[in-house]
Amino acid sequence: MFGKKRVAIVGAGLTLFRRNLKETGKELAYEASKMALDAAGMELSDIQSVVMGTAPDAFDGVHMKGEYLADGAGARNKPYVRVYVGGGTGVFTPLAGWWHVASGQFDTCLVVCEEKMSSCFPHPAYAFTTIFDNILARPLGTTLIWIFALEMHRYMHKHNIKKEQIARVAVKNKRNALDHPCAQLAANITVEDVLNSEIMCWPVQRLDISPTSDGAAALVLASEDVAKKVTDNPVWIDGVGWCIDSTIWTNRDLYYPDYVEYAARMAYKMAGIKNPPKEIDLAEPYDPFDYKELHHMEGLLLCRKGEAPKLTEEGVTARDGDLPICPSGGLLGVGNPIAAAGAMKVCEVFWQLRGEAGKRQVPGDPRTGVAQAWGDLMQYGSVIVLRR
Amino acid sequence: MSEKIKSYPGFRIKTADLREGKVPFEAWRPRVRYAWSAGIAMSRFLEELKNGRIIATYCNKCGRIMVPPRVFCEQCFKPVDGWKYVKDTGTINTYSVSFIAGDASRIKEPIIVAVIDIDGASPGMGILHKIGEINWKEVKFGMKVKAVWKPPEERVGSITDIKYFKPIREETL
Repeated sequence: MFGKKRVAIVGAGLTLFRRNLKETGKELAYEASKMALDAAGMELSDIQSVVMGTAPDAFDGVHMKGEYLADGAGARNKPYVRVYVGGGTGVFTPLAGWWHVASGQFDTCLVVCEEKMSSCFPHPAYAFTTIFDNILARPLGTTLIWIFALEMHRYMHKHNIKKEQIARVAVKNKRNALDHPCAQLAANITVEDVLNSEIMCWPVQRLDISPTSDGAAALVLASEDVAKKVTDNPVWIDGVGWCIDSTIWTNRDLYYPDYVEYAARMAYKMAGIKNPPKEIDLAEPYDPFDYKELHHMEGLLLCRKGEAPKLTEEGVTARDGDLPICPSGGLLGVGNPIAAAGAMKVCEVFWQLRGEAGKRQVPGDPRTGVAQAWGDLMQYGSVIVLRR
Repeated sequence: MSEKIKSYPGFRIKTADLREGKVPFEAWRPRVRYAWSAGIAMSRFLEELKNGRIIATYCNKCGRIMVPPRVFCEQCFKPVDGWKYVKDTGTINTYSVSFIAGDASRIKEPIIVAVIDIDGASPGMGILHKIGEINWKEVKFGMKVKAVWKPPEERVGSITDIKYFKPIREETL
């Protein structure tokens, strides 16, 4: 075990995910934070440190967004930091909360993730154009969906994967989301619906993509001493990993995310996991696009390279399968308020391991779960291993 | 969502209502511009594009010939050892076909986008560019392509001095 102290999650909170919420980002952060504190049976005065995760300032048009959101995260007059690693933020923020407590510096840390994408007109996709290389990529009119379509196509080509196989992920996750009370795009759809949906950027079609969303999520982290006082069923953060590759993404083979594998290996080593598919009971890999769930299952070493589509076809990744993947409904079904979406996955694993997931509960009394997020220029992986 | 929690906060509004001012709101349009110096490596690269050539840098330690060029090798973390012209031909590593613009609006003529591994550089050294003079349904992985340059008088030292890459058809070989 790295770190001085074992760290537990003792409470979680989540708002609705919607295309457009009336609440400000600060108000959403408050709602999620308050719910997490209530769930932990704690007051703000019990919280010694706060970590905020939120993605590009360009969405909100509010610079110093971390500072702006601080009040909503209960951070006033407390040690506070905002962290940001693109789409990887939602899982990275709990990792940053972990080192606050594992270091021994604090006994408690409130982890809050917020995103409000609805403020940006005409579409938040345009705010993403500022992430591209300003000399080489932006003059070409590069968009986010171009580059993900390039990655998806390379992955399909390398392993001879058909779109029908990938579409099954969208069908599964949107269906799983029917049981999630916060879900934005829960639906009963078919593979044909996905294949017949509008082509955005071949091979990406409309139903391959998660929506843009507003929402917030929060977690209360505590040291072992505190955790055992406030709850009988803490969920332990037993593994953490994070890794970045170069922004020069045109120089690497996009068919496989090495950086996710490196982050996963770091987390598994810490958690003592030697055989991930056997020792992990459920996983929430990042699924902003349906192919990404498959890509990330492989990067997380949950199966061999190119094998994830087959496992999906065989039902292994269904909620009642041998290795449930995205039982929450994922970003495809619940929604994708960037930082809050990754944190929603950590919330889901927390609730699943506590047996509180209700209609979404995976069978078999799960003991170990993994959540992962992915971001920046197809280059960042953040991984967390939770155990009860 | 925990089954212990009975209701979840969040008040949904319609995006159209926000844009049409039917809910209280405030709006703002940024009025800023940016101009970036292209840097040491990219300035040379752009000047060479103006001359109709693609230039790389190489590192003698790892042996890589790198496009786009850089002044330091990020693997060996040392200065590169020199410059080297590479070809304006390459191979399609992966491609996609966009039917939407940057603001997610729909466009009529699809844009074919590709990562092109440049001939003369190390394997897998690709750049992002567009593909032209071919129907998108006929594009293939591994297809050989060649840069189509703007006329010299129209070049300004930009990646767009290459209009696009076009397939090298057998009859033109």
